Amino acid sequence: MNENSYETVIGLEVHAQLLTETKLFCSCRPEYGADPNTRVCPVCMGLPGALPVLNKESVTMAIMMGLALECDIAPESVFSRKNYFYPDCPKNYQISMYDKPLCGNGSLKIETDAGERTIGVERIHLEDDSGKMSHETGRGSLVDFNRCGVPLIEIVSRPDIRTGGEAAEYLMRLQQILRYLGICDGNLEEGSMRCDVNISLRRTGSGKLGTKTEIKNLNSFKAVQKGIEFEVERQRSLLERGKRVEQITNLWDQDRGRLVMMRSKEEAHDYRYFPEPDLLPLEVQGEWIEQAREMIPELPIERERRFKNEYGLSSYDCGVLCADKGVADYFEIVAKTTGLAKKSSNWVMREVMGELNNLACAIEDFPVYPENLAKLIKLVQDGTISGSAGREVFEEMIKSGGGPEEIIKRLGLEQISNSIEIESIIEEIISDHPDEVSRYREGKKKLLGFFVGQVMKKSRGKANPKLARDIIIGKLGG
Amino acid sequence: MSISELRKLYSENKVKPSEVVRSCLDSISSNDSRIEAFINVIPEDAMKRARHLDLESSGGMPLYGIPIAVKDNICTKGYETTCASKILEGYRPPYNATVVDRLLEAGAVILGKTNMDEFAMGSSTENSAYKITKNPYNTEYAPGGSSGGSAAAVAASMVPVSLGSDTGGSIRQPASLCGVVGLKGTYGRVSRYGLIAFASSLDQIGPITRTVEDSAAVMNVISGWDSRDATTIPDSTGDLTRGIEKGAEGMKIAVPRGYEEMDVAGEIKEILKGTIEKLEAENANVEFVELPDMDASIACYYILANAEASSNLARYDGVKYAFRAESESLEEMYERTRGEGFGDEVKRRVLLGTYVLSAGYYDAYYKKAQQVRAMICSKFESLFSRYDLVMLPTVPGPSFRIGERIDNPIEMYLSDIFTTPANIAGLPAISVPAGFAENGLPLGIQLLAGYAGEAKLLRGAAVLERMYGFNGNKTE
Ligand SMILES: [Zn+2]
Repeated sequence: MNENSYETVIGLEVHAQLLTETKLFCSCRPEYGADPNTRVCPVCMGLPGALPVLNKESVTMAIMMGLALECDIAPESVFSRKNYFYPDCPKNYQISMYDKPLCGNGSLKIETDAGERTIGVERIHLEDDSGKMSHETGRGSLVDFNRCGVPLIEIVSRPDIRTGGEAAEYLMRLQQILRYLGICDGNLEEGSMRCDVNISLRRTGSGKLGTKTEIKNLNSFKAVQKGIEFEVERQRSLLERGKRVEQITNLWDQDRGRLVMMRSKEEAHDYRYFPEPDLLPLEVQGEWIEQAREMIPELPIERERRFKNEYGLSSYDCGVLCADKGVADYFEIVAKTTGLAKKSSNWVMREVMGELNNLACAIEDFPVYPENLAKLIKLVQDGTISGSAGREVFEEMIKSGGGPEEIIKRLGLEQISNSIEIESIIEEIISDHPDEVSRYREGKKKLLGFFVGQVMKKSRGKANPKLARDIIIGKLGG
Repeated sequence: MSISELRKLYSENKVKPSEVVRSCLDSISSNDSRIEAFINVIPEDAMKRARHLDLESSGGMPLYGIPIAVKDNICTKGYETTCASKILEGYRPPYNATVVDRLLEAGAVILGKTNMDEFAMGSSTENSAYKITKNPYNTEYAPGGSSGGSAAAVAASMVPVSLGSDTGGSIRQPASLCGVVGLKGTYGRVSRYGLIAFASSLDQIGPITRTVEDSAAVMNVISGWDSRDATTIPDSTGDLTRGIEKGAEGMKIAVPRGYEEMDVAGEIKEILKGTIEKLEAENANVEFVELPDMDASIACYYILANAEASSNLARYDGVKYAFRAESESLEEMYERTRGEGFGDEVKRRVLLGTYVLSAGYYDAYYKKAQQVRAMICSKFESLFSRYDLVMLPTVPGPSFRIGERIDNPIEMYLSDIFTTPANIAGLPAISVPAGFAENGLPLGIQLLAGYAGEAKLLRGAAVLERMYGFNGNKTE
């Protein structure tokens, strides 16, 4: 059967943990990695009689994300209870938005092999997180309620995604925007950003959706892509053998790189949603939306476009620089200070980002301040030091965190641009290499490189190579 | 003793809080073995606090030295709060309900926690996991419910005031059956923070007192906006004890048309008739009107209340606190904890609530009930745009024998027929003792006011109180 006889329909549900000061319905301060059950109160523990009170900051953040994804913001949205029994859910219901979400009808553009595509965003809503279970041999099952009540936004895409690669790209774009907005750290490994996927296959050209299955527990871009590819293959092979796809939920087993069935349709929940009577409907006035809008910084797509126009960089470079807001901010300081956009971009992309990778460090913690990098680039540019010495200074700046001038002085790396000094070195070389001198004079002009090399060697790289070249030509003839 | 009498004695330095508290505790120890109004009494801590108050001046504390009993579904920090359920046996909340904080700040002394129907589900206080409270007027009769313990404690003069909670009449119905005053304020008037929820959109805490004035005094203390309860409304009523003596003149009062044909005790019809005549004699304007459909109201009430209850009670699963049944697996722990921890009435309602919310039935029941609720609200709104108060019976008749209705839930549910509309519409309502039935048991008359109309309500209640000539001196 033809490879292309089925079309894949993928929808993503992404949960992002908001970086609010306090939890969604109480004043506890969330803290990743805190001792178990130390960041809790009667409200987030759902103790008898405790009541939720909505944290406005989380609403503002959700609106920001809504605006960033070009959503409509609902003038009235409603929290509902989603009822289910689970030991890490202390009230045995979750407070979430159900039929009246805060944001709807948005979209996100992604780059794919087939060019730019627009993925619809069905809705964004607020909800509270549950706790965490751990199962330890000998100690039984333990529950940590610290995460209970931490605000999440759930971003639900339309089923517009066609491949695992697109899904990963969409997720990456979301992560980038969340980080730009400063409302989520987007950390998939720590679970501050989580992704569930719905997948179905249908005959190409058919308007009817096939039975969809779900994959949960996808905690990396790679897992998203691979998990989807696995599931698509599984469904395709079932369909091609004339079998039916059952409505199931799979878990992605990271270690073994495969899917494990979690539950079948028969075990699906009836959540018995109804409006949360402890909270009034959430009314979002125009002013609130405007406040949120003002808090939105320049977003990655606009910024890439601006970098292209303002600094004349390639699309590729702009993409790399803007992937992380911190890196893009860093680059802008360097470029503005030096006035050398391309050189700055090279330094940031090669040296800085390379080191960030090596050190596994965030740009915010990078020891070389952008102002110092800018100085260094200028010192190389004006010939105070050579390019290779520049890299040596950069290494030293990472180690000691100092400024470039001080390091150059300390290491004695100033370029020799004094023609008398260079002249005396060249005279020594001429007298040491009579053969080469005569061959050069006979027309073997390629030997010029040899002489410059000798000068650099003798000066331990400090001689200004351009000046040396000029002097050699002057002495030996052009 | 009423609060106002005690306040007078305190201001004249004729008595000290420790003496008053001691006498209440004595009354509890001599009467409560017969009435069984209390689940827990805290004599040592109450005396300690009273002695502490002895040393302070009463200035600025509106409930200085007033002993009070609190229904056992209101959280008291460090003191067992069980909702009269086995499932919360031994549970000591780590925090106080907002009303408790406000009472303590106002100088009140908490003497103990009162018995109730389990999780406030019931109308007789027979559904308690711990004991059956008796009606102080005749211990073979029920005190009503679910705040039966709170009403009986006041009626038997064990305390001058108590707090109850009212979801469908649970303050007013027992107040009526025990011959005391029971007030439920506008929804959101009193913070529910720390009130263990039965049905969140209907529950309100309110006072049970001997007099209308006392009711206003306690309401002053416990009401008002609370940052911890998003459903509270700003307090705009001012001092509710002021203006309650203004009298009936000029008040526009609505009475259900055809009350003579209603299925209520003859004595109540007589009382209503007499009241109408007296009100008119005092230049009140009484008119007969069509009230929102009572049958629809009670059906709507049982759907919404049980739906919310099924969700509110889901947290009692044995994982986190209080009762846990022994079991091999998680599933079994849930089942056995809830199976053994909840009583029959609670299980019945949780099942009903789960049913009306489940996929396939939601539209037919829950959604429909919400529509009926909206309809009742708008009918009341239009009614209260024309009238100050609505007057009707609190309960169709006097109390019933303990055990008489326990196996007939429908009959029991119907005793709430006149009280549920106020909860459905979130309106303030009060029951005032109006006299006695032939069998010597008390009867009550109920007043309803429009949204945030507590001041009018209390003024009207004071008029009735004066007409019925009770004024807080019934069983002494
Ligand atoms: Zn908390």
